[in-house]
Amino acid sequence: MSDLSKLTIAAARDKLRAKEITAVELTDACLTEVEGAAALNAFVHHTPEVAREQAGNADRRIAMGMSPDLCGIPLGIKDLFCTKGVASQAASGILDGFKPEYESTVTSQLFKDGAVMLGKLNMDEFAMGSSNETSVYGDAVNPWKVDDRALTPGGSSGGSASAVAAGLCLGATGTDTGGSIRQPAAFTGITGIKPTYGRVSRWGVVAFASSLDQAGPMTKDVRDAAIMLTCMSGHDAKDSTSADIPVPDFEAALTGDIKGKKIGIPREYRMEGMPAEIETLWSQGQEMLRDAGAAIVDISLPHTKYALPAYYVIAPAEASSNLARYDGVRFGHRAKLAAGDGITEMYEKTRAEGFGAEVQRRVMVGTYVLSAGFYDAYYNRARKVRTLIKQDFETVFADGIDSILTPATPSAAFGLGEMVDADPIQMYLNDVFTVTVNLAGLPGISVPAGYDSKGLPLGLQLIGRPWEEGDLLNTAYALERSVQFDGKPTRWW
Amino acid sequence: MSIDTETARKVAKLARIRVEEDALPALAGEFNAILGFIEQLNEVDVDGVEPMTSVTPQRLKRREDVVTDGDQQPAVLANAPDTREGFYAVPKVVE
Repeated sequence: MSDLSKLTIAAARDKLRAKEITAVELTDACLTEVEGAAALNAFVHHTPEVAREQAGNADRRIAMGMSPDLCGIPLGIKDLFCTKGVASQAASGILDGFKPEYESTVTSQLFKDGAVMLGKLNMDEFAMGSSNETSVYGDAVNPWKVDDRALTPGGSSGGSASAVAAGLCLGATGTDTGGSIRQPAAFTGITGIKPTYGRVSRWGVVAFASSLDQAGPMTKDVRDAAIMLTCMSGHDAKDSTSADIPVPDFEAALTGDIKGKKIGIPREYRMEGMPAEIETLWSQGQEMLRDAGAAIVDISLPHTKYALPAYYVIAPAEASSNLARYDGVRFGHRAKLAAGDGITEMYEKTRAEGFGAEVQRRVMVGTYVLSAGFYDAYYNRARKVRTLIKQDFETVFADGIDSILTPATPSAAFGLGEMVDADPIQMYLNDVFTVTVNLAGLPGISVPAGYDSKGLPLGLQLIGRPWEEGDLLNTAYALERSVQFDGKPTRWW
Repeated sequence: MSIDTETARKVAKLARIRVEEDALPALAGEFNAILGFIEQLNEVDVDGVEPMTSVTPQRLKRREDVVTDGDQQPAVLANAPDTREGFYAVPKVVE
């Protein structure tokens, strides 16, 4: 029964309810896989005791016959989520030793439904990165391998992607500020959805850029994403930006029927220098949706080009403000001080020691664009461009477009270390297809859709109307059924 | 707009991040690469466009202005690097 950890959430749910397996067996199988996968560096804090206790409780609930979908399902939790009494460091040295006294809303909702936490997952420091190479824990590694190179699982939710793709857990939480769920999902051949801004509470999720951050599930297929998202969503009085609207049963939306749906193909996403295999994948996706009964419509999102530069003003600006709290006073790391050092030296030394290079860079860029004399030129201009980007989407939705199909990433996974000498902009380009969605607050999902010439997974992205995750998931489900992506990485770890 | 070493030093100071003197030129170079990329925004006609304040059209919820939590001093201080007698301890601020 060593393949238990390879089950989907839906399959495991059905087996648990049919008493074919127990949550304890399922959890033990996952814990064994996690222990054997140190080379992936996906799990960075292990919580086997918590997991076994939660699994035992889940089995008792299942025995009573009334168990939620996630009861007894072993998950990995991104290190960005605060979990009570369990290290939650956002993969940063500045939160070294931090064990929250409270539980994030997302994890408390998952646990309330009986989900099991196997441990905390690797990520880019403060979710700033696209390759999981900025983590204080070291790189997470992609389970996919085509030569002797170790590949990135993407970022920032790299540990989540690696763990789900390698079958260490049944699903994982991720967060997405500019593509941090969808890009790693695409790089590892799994599914990841960023919901509409406000769908999922941000309370207890370490903040990066508050107007862009959303949590979402990373799973083996679309059905599992729907199941997890239903549990994670909902209004929370502790997050004033969380929407007080009903949460539908997203799984019930998965009929696979997309007849008559209008799928937009934005011409601005056909980028210069785009690899032919990405272009081919995108065309195939269009054909599949057409064959499933949808209408394919050319559309224009004229401000697409400006999304990434606007993002690299707004996100660092918000980060510089959010990360001001790491001052060595209330939690985490404090630098050793020299004789005569005052409080300013304490701040400066603590933040220099605790933050990695990319985080320091973004905090300082944010500080600069918000500083006197530049606020209008940079920050306000970027916020105006953001308005225009959102209007682009509103226009096409008003014209009757139901969802938009784009590539998820400009390439397949690259080698760890390959971008070390590139300037920061080259790394930022990874998010070129995903970042517009965060700026416009829309839901977006990445679905595995094929392979590059070397055999590495590639994803397609679908973008939906605000609050219509059900419809979006259903379109993704139709695409998934046509693609029939069933590749799994060959075990080498 | 070009950032020199002096501006980089000033920004690091504002951000309360210690940057060693010999690291400033490289940092200024990185800032320039990023700001050069951001400069593209100047091509966009933003006349009469409102800067976005909220991505979803919503009015923030209101509630009664009452205390909803409290009496958690040990929990609040549990993660502090240095505490004395129920307070956060920091280097001397006032001489």
